[in-house]
Amino acid sequence: MSADTLDIRVRVAFPEFELDVDERINLSGVTAVIGPSGSGKSTLLRAIAGFAAPAEGRIACGAETWFDLEASKRPRINTPAHKRPVGYLFQDGRLFPHMNVASNLAYAVKRAPPGGPTPESVIDALDLAPLLLRRPSSLSGGERQRAALGRTLLTHPSLLLLDEPLSALDDDRKRAILPYLETVQTRFELPTLYVSHNIDEVARLADRALVLNDGAVVAHGPLQDVLERLDLSATYGVFEPGAVLNGVVARQDTDSGLAQIDVGAPDLLKAPLSFALQTGDKIRIRIRARDVAIALERPQRISIQNCLPARILEIESAAESAMIDILVEIGDQHARARITADSAKELGLIVDQDVFVLVKTVSFEGRV
Amino acid sequence: MTDIGPLILTAKLAAVTTIALFLVGVPLAWWLSQTRSAAKPIIEAVTALPLVLPPTVIGFYLLIAFNPNAPLGGFWVSVTGDTLAFSFAGLVIASMIYSLPFMVQPLQSAFEAVGRAPLEAAASLRASPMDAFFTIAAPLAGRGCLTAGILTFAHTIGEFGVVLMVGGAIPGETKLISIAIYEHVETLNYAEAHALSAILLAFSFVVLLSVYALNRKFPIHVG
Repeated sequence: MSADTLDIRVRVAFPEFELDVDERINLSGVTAVIGPSGSGKSTLLRAIAGFAAPAEGRIACGAETWFDLEASKRPRINTPAHKRPVGYLFQDGRLFPHMNVASNLAYAVKRAPPGGPTPESVIDALDLAPLLLRRPSSLSGGERQRAALGRTLLTHPSLLLLDEPLSALDDDRKRAILPYLETVQTRFELPTLYVSHNIDEVARLADRALVLNDGAVVAHGPLQDVLERLDLSATYGVFEPGAVLNGVVARQDTDSGLAQIDVGAPDLLKAPLSFALQTGDKIRIRIRARDVAIALERPQRISIQNCLPARILEIESAAESAMIDILVEIGDQHARARITADSAKELGLIVDQDVFVLVKTVSFEGRV
Repeated sequence: MTDIGPLILTAKLAAVTTIALFLVGVPLAWWLSQTRSAAKPIIEAVTALPLVLPPTVIGFYLLIAFNPNAPLGGFWVSVTGDTLAFSFAGLVIASMIYSLPFMVQPLQSAFEAVGRAPLEAAASLRASPMDAFFTIAAPLAGRGCLTAGILTFAHTIGEFGVVLMVGGAIPGETKLISIAIYEHVETLNYAEAHALSAILLAFSFVVLLSVYALNRKFPIHVG
C-alpha cells in the first residue's frame, strides 16, 4: 500500500481519565493497539471511524482531514462516519439480523466505491460460501465474525479498523479464525489498526504496536521493540510479558510432531507442528518470559529441548517483586526471561554476560 | 335499516388520521429516539398530554384555535375559504392531536430498541443516515410501526369527546359512529344503538386480536 500516515491528535474526557493521544501511525501492515480494558483503545478507534467526536483535535488520513476542531482554526471539519473510507469490524460483528449473510454482503457491495475486492474473492478467502443463505442468528460466533469481516472488506476500505474482533469468542474459535485474518492481510493488503487486550492474539499479525494505558500512549513502534521493552511490565499487568522471534521453518518432523525453526541462532528451535506450516514458511513465535530460563553453561540431560546461546542486554528488577526480567539477545533478535531475583544473584548475572537461554518446547503450542 | 353513513365516515377519518400521523409521528419519534437534546423530556411530556387531558380540554383549545380570528383558523379560511370548526378537516386535525401518543410512543420505543449499534454498522458500510433509516432502522422497527398504525386507527375510531366539541354531528361531514350511537341513545332508539355498538365492539376486538396475533406470529428479531 501507500506510505500514507494516519495523524491522530485527540482528547476525549472520561469520568475516570482523559484519552489524550498525539501520534502519527504508519499506514502499512497491521498496527496493534493494545492496552488493558478501559485504557481508551476502542474510544480511539471510534474517533477515527467518526462514531464519537473528540472534544478537540485533528484526525487526518494521508492528505484527507476527517476531523478538525480547534479554538483558533476554522472551519471545523467533521466528516460523517459514512463518508470516511474506513472499514470497521465490531466486537460482535453487527450483522443485520433481518438479512441473510448474502444480503449483508450485498448491502456493502451496493454502497462501495468501484475498484474494491470482488464478492467472489472475499467469499473465497473467508470460506463464506456455505453461510450465504443463513441468517445471522443461526451462525456461531466465529462464523458471524467471518461474515462480518467479509462485509467490511466489501466496502472497499482504505483503512481497516478491527475492534477486539475475537474477544467474544472462546479460545478454539479464536484459533480457527486467526488464519482467516492472516489470509486477509496477505490477499488484500489493507492498512489495519487492530485493537486488542490480548497480546498473544496480535503478536502473529501485527507489524507495529501502540500501547495505551489510562488514555495515554506509553509505547509506539515496531512490535518486537515494543514487546521487549522491560519498562512496560506495569502496563502488561493483564498481559504475559514476553517477546517475539521471527523465524523460518527449517524442517518438519512428522514422527516426533515437531517443527524446527531457524531464528538466526546456531541452534534450531523446536516447536509442536502446526497443520498450516510448510518448510520455508516465515513465522512469528511469541515466547512468554516465564517460559524462558537462563543457564551459565549448556545443560546436559535435561527435558528442555531448546537451548540457545544468548547475551544479556538489560536486567530490570521491580521494587516489590521477587522476580526480575532479563532482556537477552539471540542472534540479532531479542527474548525476555523472567526469573527470581534470588537465582539471578546466585548466578551473578550481569549485563553483557554470555549465557544460554532455555525455552520449554510446549510453550509454543498454539502460537506457531 | 341501520344508517351506515357514520360508519363509513369514521373509517375514512381513521384512515386519513393514521396516514397523516405517520408523516408527523415517524420523524418526531425518530428524533426522540436519537436525540441527546435537553428539550427531549419537554417534547415527550407534550406528546403524552392527550393521554391525561380530558377530551373536553383538548376540544376547547382546538375550538379556540379553529376560530377564524385565531392564526390557525384564519390561515385555513384564507387558504380554503372554509372554517375548520365543524368540518372534516378540523376533525382530522383534532384526531391527530388526540391520537398522537398512540402513534409516537410505540414508534419511539421500537426505534430505541433498534439502538445505535446497527446504525453504526450501516454507517461503517457507507450508508447515509437516511439510507440507514429506511434499510435498517425501519425494517427492524417494523412491528412497532405496524402496532403504532393499528393503535392509532383504532383509537381514532373510539374517540368521542373531542369530536363532539369540534365537529358536532353534521351527517356525512362530522357525524361519526360514536356520535351517532350517542344520539340514538338520547332519542331512545335502542335498536340502532345496539346495531352500531355491536359493529364497533366486533371491529375493535378484531383489531386488537390482529395486533396480538401479529406480535405472536412475527416476533421481531433485534440485536
